[in-house]
Order: sequence, then structure tokens, then C-alpha cells
Amino acid sequence: MSTSVTPTPRPARLRWGWLAASLGVLGAAVLLGSTLGPAGLSPVQVVREMIGSALFIDHASSLDETQRAILWEIRVPRVVLGGLVGGMLALAGASYQGVFRNPLADPYLLGVAAGAGLGATLVIAYVPRAGSNLIPIAAFVGAVSAVAIAYLVGRSVGGRSTMTLILAGIAVAAFFTAAQTYVQQRNGDTIRQVYSWILGRLSTSGWSEVLTLLPYVLICSVVLLLHRRLLDVMSVGDHETDSLGISSSRVRGVVVIFATLGTAAAVAVSGLIAFVGIVVPHAIRLVVGSSYRSLIPLSMVVGAAFLILADLAARTVASPAELPIGVITAFLGAPFFAVVLRTSRQYVG
Amino acid sequence: MRRSLLLLVLTGLIATACAGDGPSDTASDATAPETSAAVTSTVAEATSIMAAVTSTAAATTATAVAEGFPVTVAGAEISDRPRAILSMSSTSTEILFAIGAGDQVVAVDSLSNYPPDAPITDLSAFEPNIEAIVAFEPDLVVLFSDPGDLADGLNGLGIPVITHIAPTTIEDAYAQIAELGVVTGNIDGAGAVVAEMRTTIKDLVSQYSAPRAPLTYYHEVDNTLYSATSQTFIGSIYGLFGLENIADRADADGTNFGFPQLSEEYIVEADPDIIFYGCAVWCGTNAETLAERPGWDQITAVSNGAMVELDDDIVSRWGPRLVEFVSLIEGSLAQLQNAAA
Repeated sequence: MSTSVTPTPRPARLRWGWLAASLGVLGAAVLLGSTLGPAGLSPVQVVREMIGSALFIDHASSLDETQRAILWEIRVPRVVLGGLVGGMLALAGASYQGVFRNPLADPYLLGVAAGAGLGATLVIAYVPRAGSNLIPIAAFVGAVSAVAIAYLVGRSVGGRSTMTLILAGIAVAAFFTAAQTYVQQRNGDTIRQVYSWILGRLSTSGWSEVLTLLPYVLICSVVLLLHRRLLDVMSVGDHETDSLGISSSRVRGVVVIFATLGTAAAVAVSGLIAFVGIVVPHAIRLVVGSSYRSLIPLSMVVGAAFLILADLAARTVASPAELPIGVITAFLGAPFFAVVLRTSRQYVG
Repeated sequence: MRRSLLLLVLTGLIATACAGDGPSDTASDATAPETSAAVTSTVAEATSIMAAVTSTAAATTATAVAEGFPVTVAGAEISDRPRAILSMSSTSTEILFAIGAGDQVVAVDSLSNYPPDAPITDLSAFEPNIEAIVAFEPDLVVLFSDPGDLADGLNGLGIPVITHIAPTTIEDAYAQIAELGVVTGNIDGAGAVVAEMRTTIKDLVSQYSAPRAPLTYYHEVDNTLYSATSQTFIGSIYGLFGLENIADRADADGTNFGFPQLSEEYIVEADPDIIFYGCAVWCGTNAETLAERPGWDQITAVSNGAMVELDDDIVSRWGPRLVEFVSLIEGSLAQLQNAAA
């Protein structure tokens, strides 16, 4: 992908070249994620197997039954899940940044992470034999509740200012985090499970997490993609938006609801993966400009690719041991962001 | 002007007073590590320490103090046979009751759930509160870790502390039992427990005849696929049976302290012959949920039904019930061999 920057104002419209380039990166990430991993499957045979199954040819490769199970039941679902989670988090991050006109906004701004963390910790600590089924539900409920409370608190304080909502989100997040830490410390015997969940992990039970998450990602991304022009309008200010006959508070409400639902669903299956929701939209903003018409769709595609590659690193760097993916996203994300920042001279905040 | 002068004098006085306290403290602290180092080296051999203590006992006969006391072990000076032991370690609690020191124990932490007659309290071993501990007026406190300099705090109040961290070998575990025998005045009881454990474990291991190609195993700590390598205490127990651990490759350099988190696809590819799984209660893991995991139906252990549920309490402790764990391994291996034959 070229990072050449022209001093002329960028066109607001999404350029097909950028979309094609980002889809190319995503395709490469999927291919790498599927062919590499701790199990020593031959990359050539994996590619043959994948092409074969795309063309409905059985046994196109020399992979044995175990190796095919590793590929189709463990590795590929994980790649797909990584794509869905990464795409959703980056998309939600870009949307939050738009409606709050705040470049530091990320999908966890209004307490999603703290709420999900409390929900998951409560189940891990107090519900024996909860298994992996109840934790995502509790995390989802916790995430949505935290944001709902932040929204209600923000509104009760009064004013339409986004600042009160953000501050309410910070307060709610701090409270939920305190409660989560209390429960975690009171239940020392489950502390490893709690930490493991918080650091994030794209573990799958075959395709079930993918199928759980997919409807949320589809619905939320369609709604958010349809709002990308309105986000451009809103970037000039609430008063100006309202004077055009568009209710800025309604747009904000809809975008926050769907970005939150999508984030909550992603976090519920993957844990608290940091940095994707803030770094990816920024990197794209620096390269292609700040129009949400480009930013929203490109964030989703690049976010998907980014998390697939981060998970590939989590699986392979210490192979056959795993690293928490949250560590990888921060580790890769921060320098990546710095490089983009350096190469872009147009960025003036 | 006058007030500020007074303030200056006061500050000077306080500073002198604090400084006066300081050095004497550090001086007494400095001697402690030396003694502990010296004693730890003698503790390495369970038998030698008993010999050493018997001689001390002979030297101090004409006092009102119980036989064998005072005794200094690992920096802790115990003047008389403890009557109010407080155990903040679930392993030490099991050991204390097994060696006959149960009636000397006044309180145990919230995780010390065995034996059932241990005086369990809500004291937290992870976030210990020194005031809550002191309230029991213990004359000996046993820890398995020392969060927040708890030992220093207790020593400062004149309460001796023994810290028995998780051992890495079975011999270290025996040494801890012997040491608790010494500090509680139950040397014979401790000796009997260690001897019994040695014999039983030796018998169990000899009952199993290892096949020419060693069986491979996967030890699952919890359902996020944390495992334990052969370098850990638990791994060394499986090692008694000559089993090969699939997690060893995941932590060859020890960066995970013997507890790596494994990749799921690696476990399926490594194809262990037998799976020992923990976290049955909290994670809901059982033979069915293991078989339901993606791709796991390809694993030999799963298709042979060679999946063994572990009691998390037993496998995370290194006390007398270690024998039950060894017996479980032996029984599972025997069953597997019978099925194959």
C-alpha cells in the first residue's frame, strides 16, 4: 500500500483504489493466517486444500484427517473470528470518534470493556461449571448495561454536550472496574481465568463463536456504514448539523447504540483486545484523510486484517505456547501507529 | 519567628528519634538472612535436620521449655512448642494435621478446606491482613508466599514465620514436612508421614511397567489450555512413571515458569495418549466437553476415552494427599494398559 501524501485536499468520496488495496491486505492476512501456525501443516497443502474446498473438490490435498480437522475446525474459524472481531472493533472505534468528534475515542470509551469485564468475572468467580457458554452472555449483558448506565447518567446531568456523556462513561467504567477488581481479588482461585479472559483470546469452539458473532457484525456494520455520510456532516458541529435539518442527537444515539452492540458482541467472544479500535482508524485517517465516507469502510477491512495478523503472531511467536493477543495488538499497534504518524506530514491533530 | 524556630526544633527532634529507630532495625534484619541461608542448607536433607535438632534437644534439658526447643529454622526462632499455629497455606494445613500438629492449630486461611476439622476462617492468603492474623495471637505463622512483606511485619511483632513456597521436586516437599515436624515438635509424626509417602509412592510406581515407547500425556490446568511442563512439581510426578509431556516443547527455556498456554492446534497435532484435566468444577470440563472441542475427536486419548479428571485441590498442593494423585495416575495407566491388552 502506498503511503505517499499529496498536499492537495483529499476527495471525500471513498476511492476504489484504497478499498481494493485494503481488501488485498485482508486477503493476504487470511492466507497467511490459514497457512501458518503451530501445527506443522505444509503451507502448499493448506493452499491446495482451501482451493479444493472452494471448488467443492474433496481430498485436493495430501492432508490427513487430523490435519484437515486442525485446519477447518481450529485454524480457519479462528482466522474468521479474528477478522470479525478486528473489523467490528475498528469500525466501532471510527464511529465513536465521529460522533464524539474526539480523536481519542475508542470502542471502550463508554464503559463497554469495564462492563464486559465485570460480567465475565462474576460468572467465572461465582458460577461453578459455567463453561464457556455463560461467560459471553454475561460479558455482553455487562457491556451493554455499562453503556446504558453511562448514557442515562450523561443525559440526567443535562445538556446535549458530548462531554457529559464521555465523563459519565469514564465514571461508570471506573466504578465497574473497581467492582470487577474487588470480585477478582476476593476469589483468588479463579484469578488466572479472569486474567486470561481480560487479556483477550481468539479461542473458538469450532465455528460456534463465529456464528454467534456474525449477525451482530452484519447488522451493526450495515447501520454504521449507512451513517458514514452523516458522520461527515456531524464533523462540522452539532449546531450546524441541526441547522441542516438533521438531528445530531438522534444520529449520535443510533451510532452509539449499534457501535456498542457490535463491540459488546465482539468483546463477549474474544475478551478485551486493546488498541485495535483506536489505532486502525487513526492509521487510515493519516493515510487517506479524515472523511468518514472512506474511514468507516476502510477501518473495518483493515481492522479485520490487523487482528488476523496479530493473532497469527500470538499463535506463532512462542509456538507451541500462546501469547495473549491483547499484548500483541498493543505491541504491534503502538510502533505501527508511530510509523504512520511520522510518514504523514499532513497530520496536524 | 518564634513559632518557626519551635517548629524547627520539633522537626529536628522527630528526625533524630526516627533515625534512632532506623539503624537498630536494619541491623537486626541484616542478621536474619544469614541464619536462614545457613539453616536452609541444612534443611535440604530431611534426615540431617532431625539429627541436628535431636542434638540441640540434648543440650537444653534443664529448662521449662518443651523438648527440642528453642529451635531456629529458616531464620525463624521458635522459643517453645507452638500452641497457636496459624496456617495461611492449604498445603501446610494438610501437613500439620497429618503429622499430629492439628491440635496446635488455631486458625487456617479460607482455602484450607482439608482436613474437614481444620479451623477454617475467612483469612485470605492472597490479600493477607496482618491485623486479622495478629488477632488470633499466633505463636507461629506458616505461609506459602509472602505478599506485601507479611513475614517482616509479623517478625516485627515477635511472631515467628515459616514460608514454604511451592516446591519443584518431591524431595523438597518431604523436606517441608520434616521441617514442620521440627518447628511444631512433631518430629516423629513428620518422619512417619514422609516414610509412609515414600513407600506408597515407590510401590505404586513399581506396579506400572512402562511400555517401550513412552506414553505421551497432556496435563490441562484449565480450559484456556494452560499446561504444566516436566520442570514443574506436578510434571515431576508424572515423570516418575516415565510419561512424556507434550507441553515441554512449549516452554523449553522456562520463560513461562513451566506453565505455558498451549495452542489448540498444537495439542491436536501432538496427539497425547492420555489427558489429565483439572478445573472440572469451575470450568465445567469433563470427558464430553473435551470430546466436543473442535478437532479433539482426532486425539488418541479422546478416542480411547483416556481422559482423567483431577481434583484441583490435590494437584495444586504438595502435602500427604500427593499419594492419592500418584495412585490416580497409576490406576489410569493400568486401566489404559488393560484396555489395550
